[in-house]
Amino acid sequence: MAFFLETLLGGLMSGMLYSLVALGFVLIFKASGVFNFAQGAMVLFAALAMARFSEWIPGWLGTENLFVANLLAFIVSVVVMFVVAWLIERLALRYLVNQDGATLLMATLGIAYVLDGIGQTIFGSDIYKIDVGMPKEPVMMLESVFEGGILINKEDFIAALIAALLVISLSIFFQKTATGRALRAVADDHQAAQSIGIPLDRIWVIVWCVAGITALVAGIIWGSKLGVQFSLSTIALRALPVVILGGLTSVPGAIIGGLIIGVGEKLSEVYLGPFVGGGIEIWFAYMLALVFLLFRPQGLFGEKIIDRV
Amino acid sequence: MKLRKLAVAASLAAIGLSAALTTPAFAAEEQFFPVLAYRTGAYAPNGTPWANGFVDYLKLTNARGGVNGVKMIWEECETGYATDRGVECYERLKGKHGGATAVQPLSTGITFALTEKAPVDKIPVITAGYGRSESQNGAVFGWNFPLVGTYWMGADVLVQHVAKKEGGFDKLKGKKITLVYHDSPYGKEPIALLQERAKMHGFDLSLLPVAHPGVEQKATWLQIRQNKPDYVFLWGWGVMNSTSLKEAQATGYPREKMYGIWWAGAEPDVKDVGDGAKGYNALAMQHGAEQGSKVVKEVLEKLHAKGQGTGPKEEVGQVLYMRGLISSMLQVEAVRAAQGRYGKGKRITGEQMRWGLENLNLDQKALDGMGLAGVMRPVQTSCLDHMGSAWARVHTWDGKKWNFTSDWYQGDEKVLRPMVMLASAKYAEEKKIKPRTPEDCKK
Repeated sequence: MAFFLETLLGGLMSGMLYSLVALGFVLIFKASGVFNFAQGAMVLFAALAMARFSEWIPGWLGTENLFVANLLAFIVSVVVMFVVAWLIERLALRYLVNQDGATLLMATLGIAYVLDGIGQTIFGSDIYKIDVGMPKEPVMMLESVFEGGILINKEDFIAALIAALLVISLSIFFQKTATGRALRAVADDHQAAQSIGIPLDRIWVIVWCVAGITALVAGIIWGSKLGVQFSLSTIALRALPVVILGGLTSVPGAIIGGLIIGVGEKLSEVYLGPFVGGGIEIWFAYMLALVFLLFRPQGLFGEKIIDRV
Repeated sequence: MKLRKLAVAASLAAIGLSAALTTPAFAAEEQFFPVLAYRTGAYAPNGTPWANGFVDYLKLTNARGGVNGVKMIWEECETGYATDRGVECYERLKGKHGGATAVQPLSTGITFALTEKAPVDKIPVITAGYGRSESQNGAVFGWNFPLVGTYWMGADVLVQHVAKKEGGFDKLKGKKITLVYHDSPYGKEPIALLQERAKMHGFDLSLLPVAHPGVEQKATWLQIRQNKPDYVFLWGWGVMNSTSLKEAQATGYPREKMYGIWWAGAEPDVKDVGDGAKGYNALAMQHGAEQGSKVVKEVLEKLHAKGQGTGPKEEVGQVLYMRGLISSMLQVEAVRAAQGRYGKGKRITGEQMRWGLENLNLDQKALDGMGLAGVMRPVQTSCLDHMGSAWARVHTWDGKKWNFTSDWYQGDEKVLRPMVMLASAKYAEEKKIKPRTPEDCKK
């Protein structure tokens, strides 16, 4: 029982981390109708910026204070992500207003390659460290109930809390602010939104900036956990089943989807893996997503797709 | 008109004269090596230092005057550690500059794909410390050269080491060993040997695959926490290694009980884990980090001091840099050996290179001469033994650097040889290969 609980908790916490990346997809899709394939590349780019600036800044300023270095690196990285967002709008999206969804998807695929390449050219392709003081050692809980207790990974726990906070803030932003409502209007119909005076270019810059900050938070958490290196860009692939499951337009869907995928893949690996040779957690998530695509293509919380024929 | 003709004639004469002056009477011979590397993608942090060491040794050879005057030339192709791209690179480069002398794929997957192409193209495939373990048998695998180490040998040494720690092979009975491996041909390679050893000594072997690239291992390490193995053998590559160490730390598994293969025991695997990796052990494929060696000093002096080095100066002498350098040295020495038979100062062909690789004899004196004293042990190959040396030792990460923590071990031929013979015979039967006899080898 203790082992089952450990696996379940581990899955839930991994799920929250997937949700964090899935949020980037949902945000941009919700606000602009673009399925942003570059989200993984943005996570890598943001993490590389954070890692390298936190390494360079102490040298430039002659300070050894880790907190100051991290804070300044975070601010600089936010600025960098804003510039990236502005450039994406300026150089790519501006010319694709009212284009088909597939065209926009292909454009983001191109953006992903450009960001991957430029990020590694500017910041390097080695493994870099982000040290934001996350605890690495585990804690044991319920030792009096279960023999040996239940292991909780403190780092994952804190990361899950940060992810939850970010989700709540974004939900409030989307539901309660004028900009949030404008974002949703743009997502519904570009032309209709423009006709009532919503500035499309500014809205797109805002949404890409928000996605950039989400990418930065995801990059810091994943980078602190795994080290900052190219594989960070592939974690976006782990978020794909999450958005399929949760629905592309739902922020709570990204969370629930993440939790289901996280728990599903961990339990499947531990309990089904031994019967089929192991190593199944990645394809299990995709299999689950495929099943959802067959029976509920809009996902758990997505808007129902109604097409005129 | 006359003036124009005169000007044209003068120009042509000038061009002819300058060409005659700049072209040497005898163009220097050149020996071409394709460099299949990966400097981008998930495995770049590990692939890059290997490629830098590999290329630096070719540069160093040229700086030393080439091999009897023959200069080394090379062209790099990015494989991204993907088998399809690796084969593409091989096909693109194999015929360039008069033909490839040998190829080193730095991937067991690419090696599997090239194993059937090599005999057709007559280009030796050198896989120093990786590739197919049964390709040690040169009678069947005439063109594969797993020089200095195979995965079966590495796994055998690891079992020997933990047996020694326990107080003998008999003490392994009932012990639990878990193999955490990259779910690829590379990661699966040691399984056969470990199963054989488990049968011999009665230890319990469990296998936990990790999917590419290896960044998600929580379920794997929760299983380890539940099973509480006595030892974990790590057969990872790239980010998988550091992730394993971080998950071991997060689940409280002692790093002192973890043993990596030589591809899981370099600086990129531990440096961002820092103190969390303290006590972690890995096999050293003879060499470790060798910043104090003569060859490293020579590279720094002859290349990096003149701005001609490949990659950052700080990396020179690190574990994977040394692996690349030694892999390159082995091919250069095979060229030298082949020239000894087919003509000093002459460019050699792929077939002649095979002879060189089968007659490699690097004794201590030769190694000392190359600045490799203390870095590695002598290597002697033959037509039937394409590995040439089966020595390894263990090094341990102290939080800052790798330190050797064991004596030398030699792969046990009594265990390895029958397995190699059996697997290679099976391969020969499948592919309808007639094994070479000692007489064939003399040709």
